This record gives sequence, C-alpha cells and structure tokens, in this order.
Amino acid sequence: MTASTTATVATAADFGTELSRETVAARAPWSAVLKAGQVLTIVDLDGNQAVDFLAYAAADTDRAYSAQATLQEQDSVYLSVGSVLRDNESNPLLTIIADDCGRHDTLGGACSKESNTLRYGLHTWAQHACVENFLAEGSRRGLGKRDLVSNINWFMNVPVDPDGALGIVDGISAPGLAVSLRAEVDTLVLVSNCPQINNPCNGFNPSRAEMIISAGVTA
Amino acid sequence: MATETGTPRAQSSTTSTTAGARAHARAQEGTVVVAAPVRPASGWPGAGAEAGVDADRLVWAETVAGGGYSHKVLARGTTLRLTDLAGDACAHLLLFNADQSFERLNVADTVKVQWQVYAAAGQLLLSDQGRVLATVVADSSGRHDTIYGTSTAVRNTARYGDGDAQGPTPAGRELFALAAAKNGLSRRDLPPSVSFFQGVTIDDAGRPGFTGSSGAGASVTLRTEMPVIVLIANTAHPLDDRAAYTSTALEVLAWTDTATTPADPLWDASPEGRRAFVNTADYLAARGLK
Repeated sequence: MTASTTATVATAADFGTELSRETVAARAPWSAVLKAGQVLTIVDLDGNQAVDFLAYAAADTDRAYSAQATLQEQDSVYLSVGSVLRDNESNPLLTIIADDCGRHDTLGGACSKESNTLRYGLHTWAQHACVENFLAEGSRRGLGKRDLVSNINWFMNVPVDPDGALGIVDGISAPGLAVSLRAEVDTLVLVSNCPQINNPCNGFNPSRAEMIISAGVTA
Repeated sequence: MATETGTPRAQSSTTSTTAGARAHARAQEGTVVVAAPVRPASGWPGAGAEAGVDADRLVWAETVAGGGYSHKVLARGTTLRLTDLAGDACAHLLLFNADQSFERLNVADTVKVQWQVYAAAGQLLLSDQGRVLATVVADSSGRHDTIYGTSTAVRNTARYGDGDAQGPTPAGRELFALAAAKNGLSRRDLPPSVSFFQGVTIDDAGRPGFTGSSGAGASVTLRTEMPVIVLIANTAHPLDDRAAYTSTALEVLAWTDTATTPADPLWDASPEGRRAFVNTADYLAARGLK
C-alpha cells in the first residue's frame, strides 16, 4: 500500500476549533494530554492501520484505562459509538462520539517482542513492537512497565467466534476512516502506531495515522 | 463509681489487667469458624487424602469466605486446586513472577497467543514476558471468564449499595488491593484478571451472556510453572445478573508437585505453548531456578 498524501479534514471540524493536527509516522509512538471536553480524532490515513491506545487520568496515572471495567458497562465485547472508556475504578475517561469504522478491539492487547516469540517464533526478536513504543513514549510521561495494561486497538478486527476462538483477522477499516473520542476528564493518551508485520492487523504494511485535537463543543 | 456519663467497667472486667487481657486472648485459640486457613496445612481435615496427596506435601489449605480474599507465594511446581464448595464462589485470580513482580499475568496475551478466550484444562496463564506463570491442568466446572475481570467499588456501589472490602458486598478490586499491598504491590499493579466458577459466553454478535456456575463441588486445578505470587478475590462476578449479591465459600488447597516437563503432552500441545514453555525454561535456567 502506498502512503496517501490526502488526509480527510471534515471529521474533526464537527468538534470545535482545531487545536492541533499531527501525522504519526508508520511504527511510531505518540502521546498527548487532552483537557476535559476536548476531542481527539484518530484518522486511519492509509487504511487498515491498527492504532494501539492507552489512556490514564492525567491527575492520577494509577487510574489506567481498563478494558474489563469498560466492557462490564456495555453489551458488547467490541467498542463503537457510545462506548465509555473507563479507568480501572470504573470512572469515565473518554467517550467514543463518532466512528466511521464500526467496531474496534480491546481484547487482543498490544504486540510485544515477547509475545511475538510465542505467536511466530524467535526469528521475530529484532522486530519493532507496540510495547516498545508504549514503554519509550510512556517513559517520557512518568509511566513504566507496571502501567501497561490491556489496551484498545483502533481499526483492528478481532472477532470472537461462538466456540471462543479469537484472532486478529483482515481489517474492516479503509483509508480516511476516523474515530473521535471526547475526554471526560483531563486524560493522558499513549499511542503506538502498530509496527506489526506478522499478522493482518496493519494489512502487512504499517502506515500513517493522523491525530487531530479539537476544542470540543458544549452539548 | 457510676457517673452520669458512664457505668463502672474496669474494676469488674477480666481484661482490666495485662495478665487478664493475655489470658483472655490466649483462651481464644481453637475457636472453630467456617472460613480460615489451616496451619500447618498438613492439619487440613482429611489431610489431602481426598486429593490423593500425602499430608506433608500440603502447603496451603484454606477456606476463603464469600467476599473474602487470600494470597500466597508459591514455589514453581506447586499444584493449586480451587473448589467452589457451595456453588457460588467466583475465584478472581492474579499471578505475578515472585522474583520480579512487574512481570505478571497478561490476559490479552493469554487469549491472543492461544487463539481462545474460554478458559479450560490445558490453558496456559501467560505473563507479559512470553512465559508461563501457571497452567490449568484440570477443570470440572467449565464456567470461567477471561474477559470481564472483577468488580470495582464504583460498580458494586451502583449495583448493591456498597463496594468496600469490609462491607457486605465487597468489590474484587478492593480485595485485590489488600492482597496486593501485603505483597508490596499497589493498585497500579492490578492488571486485568481472570475468574473461575462463574461463566460468561460471547454470542456471534459479541454480546455477553452470564451462565453462572456449574454447581457445588466444581474444582479447577492449576500448576505453577514459575515461583508466583497468587492473589485471589472471592466475590460475585461483575456480570452476575442476580439482584442480590451472591458469594459463597472457596476452598484453596495446594501441594508440592512438579512443573510441566517436555515429556508432558501439554508441553507440545500447541506450537505457541511449546515456545512459552521453552521461554520459561530459559529464564529459570539463567535465574538458577531450574
């Protein structure tokens, strides 16, 4: 897949004044602190790019995103519009307020060099992985290994079959699709633009993501 | 000696002196309650015969009350059997490498690496370092959950009116926080957990269905593959759809045994599992724990 140079612009404009717009290179990490009410729009610029994502209450990073607390409060194992992303004490951090893709994963976790040795073999050891990005970017924000928990994989397709089989399969996203999150409290977000090349999560070709922060609009 | 604000007490009490208080405290030994540890574990009623284990191999014997918690550091090669005595236990479990507690159960890797969200005999409980903390070696329940974790104080307060660890409807995270603290760990160290004896299934639209327990007497047996810190919170599953908080006693019995070897069929049961056992053996050999 060739990286497109055309970004979608319309989506974030619905959420108030655009405060920043950054392109995250393929395989790179990114982080930001969202003020309560601000909206983060994540754009899958080139299509089928998994964007691994963690969030923490900015005032107390012990309050990390919890996939389990989040799923307890909704009637699906997938994330979509209306999903409230909760911390490990069940308090809201972010709400999905717009989504072009339809559903996102929070069961599969992040790829790591270590889990790559299990899924594929030791030959993958030198490859880049999301946990490397989370640790590197987190270390600049006072976060360490203990702070890494099950994350969200935006645009990643991880079905659960009736027999319990779960797997990362071909994506359902496309170039320009976006998901928008409103911060319910001041929230630190930590992103790994997934570098995985051994499964279909990035269409076997890691590509760019765009991060747009908007001021938000009063409801 | 009565005053307007109180009644005389000190002079007539058996605990008014240090000697009296000591005698009073010492007289309490031997009180029989339903939920308590037995120490030494070899004194467990039946002494392990029912599990086919000599009494002197027992290292942990305890009944954990509904709404209670427990924790223990276990050597590699310990068999840990959990039993749902009355049919409404739910054993929420966390595991940590006892030598470096920042290596811990990773539920996402556990389900992703093994391509399966439902826990069953043969499942490996994996750490974030691509190693096996423990294996599930036997299971007579079939009702478990790797997706929903345990309850929080916020959720239990909303559902039952209270979520405090000492309250009538304790949240699993509050119980875990206490068990963690006694192992030098904080709330920050509490990642997603797994739970046994109360099942959840996922339909083809991704919706959960709470299936409850398989009834009294079900057990699940784990085998530790590394030295581990075990934290257990026995409290209602967060998706338990009954209006009334329901949590009954959990039996915990552990005994010295052997870890999985390459001769065990489990070692080679899947390529992913075999690589996890190899990673574990590599770590243990270098660490001098082979």
